[in-house]
Amino acid sequence: MNTPHQEEFAVVHPVDHIMRADRLPHIMCAGCGIGTVVHGYARAITESGIDPDRHVCVSGIGCSGRAAGYINVDSYHTTHGRALPFALGIAVHNPELIVTVISGDGDLAAIGGNHFIHAARRNANLNVICINNFNYGMTGGQVGPTTPVGAFGTTAPQGVVEQPFNLPHLAQATGASFVARWTILHVRQFTDAVLRSMEKNGFCFTEVLSPCPTSFGRRNKLGEGLDEVELYRQRCRIENGATNLAELGIDIVDHEQPITLGNFVDIERPAFQP
Amino acid sequence: MSAETATKQVPPQTAARVLTGSHFMIGDHACAEGALAAGLNFFGGYPITPSTEIAEHLARRLPVVGGRFVQMEDELGSIAAILGASAAGARSFTATSGPGFSLMMENIGLAAMMELPCVIANVQRASPSTGLPTMVGQSDILQARWGSHGDYGIVAYSPSSPQECFELTIDAFNTADRYRIPVFVLMDEVVGHMAERVVIPAAAEIPHVPRKGPRTAPGAERFLPYAADDDMVPPIAHAGEGYKVHMTGLTHDERGYPAGTAEAHNSLVHRLVDKVRLHAADIVAFEEQQVDDAECVVIAYGCTARSANAAVDLARAEGIRCGLLRPKTIWPFPEDRIRRLLTKGIVKRFVVPEINLGQLRREVERLTQLPTEGLNHAGGAMLTPAAILEVIRS
Repeated sequence: MNTPHQEEFAVVHPVDHIMRADRLPHIMCAGCGIGTVVHGYARAITESGIDPDRHVCVSGIGCSGRAAGYINVDSYHTTHGRALPFALGIAVHNPELIVTVISGDGDLAAIGGNHFIHAARRNANLNVICINNFNYGMTGGQVGPTTPVGAFGTTAPQGVVEQPFNLPHLAQATGASFVARWTILHVRQFTDAVLRSMEKNGFCFTEVLSPCPTSFGRRNKLGEGLDEVELYRQRCRIENGATNLAELGIDIVDHEQPITLGNFVDIERPAFQP
Repeated sequence: MSAETATKQVPPQTAARVLTGSHFMIGDHACAEGALAAGLNFFGGYPITPSTEIAEHLARRLPVVGGRFVQMEDELGSIAAILGASAAGARSFTATSGPGFSLMMENIGLAAMMELPCVIANVQRASPSTGLPTMVGQSDILQARWGSHGDYGIVAYSPSSPQECFELTIDAFNTADRYRIPVFVLMDEVVGHMAERVVIPAAAEIPHVPRKGPRTAPGAERFLPYAADDDMVPPIAHAGEGYKVHMTGLTHDERGYPAGTAEAHNSLVHRLVDKVRLHAADIVAFEEQQVDDAECVVIAYGCTARSANAAVDLARAEGIRCGLLRPKTIWPFPEDRIRRLLTKGIVKRFVVPEINLGQLRREVERLTQLPTEGLNHAGGAMLTPAAILEVIRS
């Protein structure tokens, strides 16, 4: 039973109307960062001042790919790796729409990597949020294109020996108009980066680091979700406008290396309008 | 129309969507003109022989009539982009050949599952793998029906001439929108590259079947994007129309939300298959020549039907009672027509020539115990009238 105090404050949450409340509870694990990303995106939609009917959310496959299913705008949960070209079709056919892709590092940088570099090269009018949790979470902790050297996964029981992608560097090198990296601890900065993407024409890319305690954290002795967020807090270094993106790869396993965050690139380039 | 008024070449910069008149045109261009006449808004494609002329033609023509042409990074991107454009309300289209068709298979399943209408032209070349890129094949027949994993319904047209490339591409768009399915125009290299007269009617005479939209205003009441009508086809709401739809390749309920149960899956997949299967009588198209009294019925499609047509005439001249059944829809296969032929008891045997090792013959064999002979070549050359005649005689 509600106390009078609770009744007084029993108002709807500010982003409730952007969420599909009838889909709750969600499927994410305790300590997962995806919910925070979805919240930041929902905040950005409300703060954008753009009618939610003009917002479209597209995702691929994986835990992050489920994000589209919880957002109460026109939303499309597509196939593995193909969120970007699907979103491009929407954005090109109806340039009035604000199309945001939310997907994971495996979806966007491995199976969808070719679409990623070409969407950036074209400067397609898309906002891309890449939730990087350093592994394939939904399928149970396999290593992927962002897993740091030395980290463990079910498909790298001796540790990864391959160089991972540095996604902001890749996005910048291939032509993105806006490039940022934040973590789920930096909710305000992340939301502002997404807002900036919604204002800008062209390919806007935000990487957001997110714990996956169930599949990655446990196997790599990073502790619970909150422990990994604490690690972000201790090791992050904010450097907006950093120009040396090539040197800002992430090594979450090597505790000596800082994690550089910021809005790195914000340039004007003609957006793709065939 | 006199030869003087016939247009020799399509003017590249005309702003007319429908090039009413008589033209001398290759099948690939006629297919592209059919798409334009049908109201094409979005083309996403990747160059591949022998379909490239479709993309090249649309690259010139589509932007001029207000549509969007995008050359994608690969065929995985092409099919995904046309599905996205379709979700935003476009009549969308891509054109490819065997290797590209293989790459598109996963998202053809997504089109079936999300029920996003789209049209895919496959100008078949000799396969498998890279095969003979510039030479004819008809060996993607079963792939068109079963290529993506799982059960789902599709329609595939098979034109035998540039004129039919034009007409059946229009039908493909209307069928895709009517049933919310991916529809194929299964051309072949010969039909795609041969030039013939193509007569394009007045714009008002182009058949147009619109998509069935929501019957309530956005926000008036909850719109269920996968609540099907009695015809098993749900009305479609597009991105930006205010209905806040959710679409997924996961098994879903009427709200479009993931529904992870065997019951939901069984019901959804049955509907996806039945909405085509139970409308087969409305969809199936075929043409017959001299079939009524025929003891030997030749079943042929695409460029092979042209040889078969000649072979049947030659056999008739020899007094052999034979005829030609030419499916214009390979899928659904005109099986009711064949069953009706069988009940008349006149037919004694079937001959199915095709430039593959017997793909459509399986459909005929499935329907009848009568002798069914194939004339098969793996690809690279047309089957000649003489070769087909020999099988008819035997």
